[in-house]
Amino acid sequence: MPLGGVIFLAVFIAIFGYILILLARFIGGRRKNNSSIKRDVYECGIPGQEKKDTKVSVKFYLTAILFILFDIEIIFLYPWSLTFREFISSGSGGPIFFSMMIFLGIFIFGLFWEVKSKALEWH
Amino acid sequence: MGKDLFEISVNGIKLILIFLMMVQAVPILVWLERRGSAFIQNRFGPNRVGPLGLVQLLADAVKFLNKEDFAPDKAVKTLFYAAPIFALIPATLAFCAIPMSVPLTIGEYTFRIQGYDMNIGIVFILGVSSLAAYTILMAGWGSGNKFSLLGALRASAQIISYELALGLSIVGIIMLYGTFNLTEMVNAQQGLLQFTALGHTVQTSWLPNWGIFYQPLAAIIFFAATFAESNRLPFDLAEGEAELVAGFHVEYGGFKMLMFFIGEYGHMMLASALMVTFFFGGYLIPYATPETVHSWVHATLIESPVGANILTTLLHFISFNIKFAVFLWIFIQVRWTLPRFRYDQLMDLGWKTMLPWALGNTIATAAVIYFVA
Repeated sequence: MPLGGVIFLAVFIAIFGYILILLARFIGGRRKNNSSIKRDVYECGIPGQEKKDTKVSVKFYLTAILFILFDIEIIFLYPWSLTFREFISSGSGGPIFFSMMIFLGIFIFGLFWEVKSKALEWH
Repeated sequence: MGKDLFEISVNGIKLILIFLMMVQAVPILVWLERRGSAFIQNRFGPNRVGPLGLVQLLADAVKFLNKEDFAPDKAVKTLFYAAPIFALIPATLAFCAIPMSVPLTIGEYTFRIQGYDMNIGIVFILGVSSLAAYTILMAGWGSGNKFSLLGALRASAQIISYELALGLSIVGIIMLYGTFNLTEMVNAQQGLLQFTALGHTVQTSWLPNWGIFYQPLAAIIFFAATFAESNRLPFDLAEGEAELVAGFHVEYGGFKMLMFFIGEYGHMMLASALMVTFFFGGYLIPYATPETVHSWVHATLIESPVGANILTTLLHFISFNIKFAVFLWIFIQVRWTLPRFRYDQLMDLGWKTMLPWALGNTIATAAVIYFVA
């Protein structure tokens, strides 16, 4: 049932926003000046020379890849943290706690290694 | 069949109402931000249009509507027009999962003051709200402009970097409450602060049982990370006017620009509401459980049970909104107090400071729960 609400709301907002854009287009209209200079990229700057598909720093890709690694590790913590207290009250808290500490040790080692290899340095 | 139809239409209208409430809160927030910044900088701010300048944003909206609808030649038209529409979606979808008051019971029917009650609330909110990075990338790539693209890449790198600290700081909260469900989380914060340490039960006499007293470090990390998530100062590197003109929305004007604004303020509202829900007792009134409030209202103010239910819900809704407004004001005040970071400082803060602290918080919480409690 919540999924229905989520989909309904997303579709409603999309339609709502589309209508707003159409409304703005309808009311705003078109001005007479339609020269190529006006439709240039970054109109108020000097005439553009660069292509759109410009080179970007490889750091962004590296950050994204590292993010995926770490985010998966964090998501792995969620079900553990949800059931942690139940395991303790049922008496088997020890294995759960120490196995997760080993996992977090690997996590910390990964972070440390990442900092050490200067993967996070921005110049 | 008739009951189902009733349920569906009530929930649909409720969702639309929450969305419209978020949209109409934006002009008030913008007014508050401009007046607040003027107050901080010892000047007047907008005070000409209407009483106290309150109608200023309405006038701005009319002006925005009158602007020419315009897309540059090199823009990818589909993405360029879709981005501002999608900017509205993530924050609203996530905000609807937050409980804003106690459920209202009329006869047999229970009406939740919450878009949808899900038992995976936190995971849903985290997942949906991080879709905002796609919006920014769509806008940056769709504009066909190097400034926009650079701004969008910076913004998305910043958002995903702080997502780590945000996600990790929540782990401690989940361990504390043992649930993903936000309503259960709020209910766990009833009463006065009490906990068990090494077999002794500690009971305080005046502190409410709020999450912030258990997880202060997580609260700080979470709040700082949400600043970065909503691209506000001191983390507004995505817009950095001085270096990147305006970042990902430099090619946008008129109403499309306004829709990005609504999205940004939506994220601000989401962050404040999450802060309230996780750390400050949600809709609960301090020192009173919903039951005591209900019995007090029933005994002193209203005789009819339905009226008492409505008034109880309303009181809790007001309580939620007061806490909510405090955090919105902190957002505004921080924006006009702190200067912007440099980009490498920002990334260092996210990866090398906040992530290790959040990790330490997780380990410490787990150790305390295992060894002490």
